[in-house]
Amino acid sequence: MNITRRQMLILLPAAAVAWKSVLAGTPEESPNYKMSDHWWGMLIDIDKCIGCGNCVRACQTENDVPDGHFRTWVERYHRSDWPMTKSGEIANNPLIDPEVISPDGGKEGFPVATDEGGKYFFVPKMCNHCADSPCTQVCPVGATFIAPDGVVLVDQTYCLGCAYCVQACPYGCRYIHPTKEVADKCTLCYHRITQGLTTACCEACPTGARQLADLKDPKDPIHEFLKTHSVQVLKPQMATGAKLFYNDLDGSVR
Amino acid sequence: MGVFKDVGHLFRFAGLFVLAFLVFLVVRHFVVPKTFGQYGHYRAAAMGEIGARPLKFAGHESCEACHTEVVDKKKNGKHAHVNCEACHGALIKQSAVPEKPPANLYERFVAAIAPTGPPEVAFVRHADDPSSVVPELPDTAVLCARCHTASAAKPKDFPQVVPVDHANGVPCQTCHDPHSPAMDSSSQTAGGAK
Repeated sequence: MNITRRQMLILLPAAAVAWKSVLAGTPEESPNYKMSDHWWGMLIDIDKCIGCGNCVRACQTENDVPDGHFRTWVERYHRSDWPMTKSGEIANNPLIDPEVISPDGGKEGFPVATDEGGKYFFVPKMCNHCADSPCTQVCPVGATFIAPDGVVLVDQTYCLGCAYCVQACPYGCRYIHPTKEVADKCTLCYHRITQGLTTACCEACPTGARQLADLKDPKDPIHEFLKTHSVQVLKPQMATGAKLFYNDLDGSVR
Repeated sequence: MGVFKDVGHLFRFAGLFVLAFLVFLVVRHFVVPKTFGQYGHYRAAAMGEIGARPLKFAGHESCEACHTEVVDKKKNGKHAHVNCEACHGALIKQSAVPEKPPANLYERFVAAIAPTGPPEVAFVRHADDPSSVVPELPDTAVLCARCHTASAAKPKDFPQVVPVDHANGVPCQTCHDPHSPAMDSSSQTAGGAK
């Protein structure tokens, strides 16, 4: 076979490109799912949450979350009308010392609240799937990462269980799995959303207080909602780029 | 000329460095997983593995394909937006759990080099074979109370009752159809406030 210098110069870079793509391989994905078309987040409507704990139970069922650990949990806040803390001291600001309870993560609901004045409300919590997440930045081995579709995931075959990420998460959303001994957290039901289903917590929520949102989908109702409602994220001062949006979030929520 | 007189040992040393570098490249090729670094400092194949985990909740769309009579009943009722599995529970069930001891550090290291993928688990779907997974008949005393027990913490416009005062032990479904719970004013009986 005779190859001229001209042909060789054309063929070599082409072969290099081909070899590069062979080396890279292709990730196994659901058909019809393109990561670059999505940017996932979630909307939580505080006004609709009734604290039934359906989301916590659904998450545990769907993801085999061990007892005593939570990928999502619900907190009940009670903010007093009076600037008085529980210990009887006068606080400068009634927002600084709300009473917060979360019995077993709210899995079996909450004790009945009697009307003692002040403001009661439920705050469902879970991974904020931050766009600039502190937890992925501290991983020494590249076992946790922000996927190209905005979901923060843990590669459990790669994780060493050092728990740096557990300490780094400002929202307390990670834990070390008691038997796998690796970091575990909300995957935003990655196995569901990549198949066109919603997350287990959204599926089980009876009041629609949780809504999965695709911020890259121009038809997603999240865009209209964000424009017309007073929506907050948790700990905005930490600049985590959190994508868990709370409607009507009270200032006392930490 | 005197400068380059005894440089032989330097070349031998440089050769060792080159050799060590080549060994490093070869080892690296086998130790670093194939998809590591494709999108960033992580193993891209992990996304496929996480996405391949088995489902437990089938999603209300798959229920509605068969149970059209319930869809019709629900659609104008107060529970129109309550999904089936919110009350009936997850309707894809794991039929066998393979016993797998927790991997030690060495096994995890090996698994990281040569991932074998998630373990094969058999799952059965109610939608494929209705008798394989039968939804439990929910106990309305527990199920309804979970949402509708009166509490000052719940939104004011959410329908709430004190179960003892409201029904005094009579099962909820005696008066209410759970799929469309509002009662007609004509059929309203005592104790049916709200």
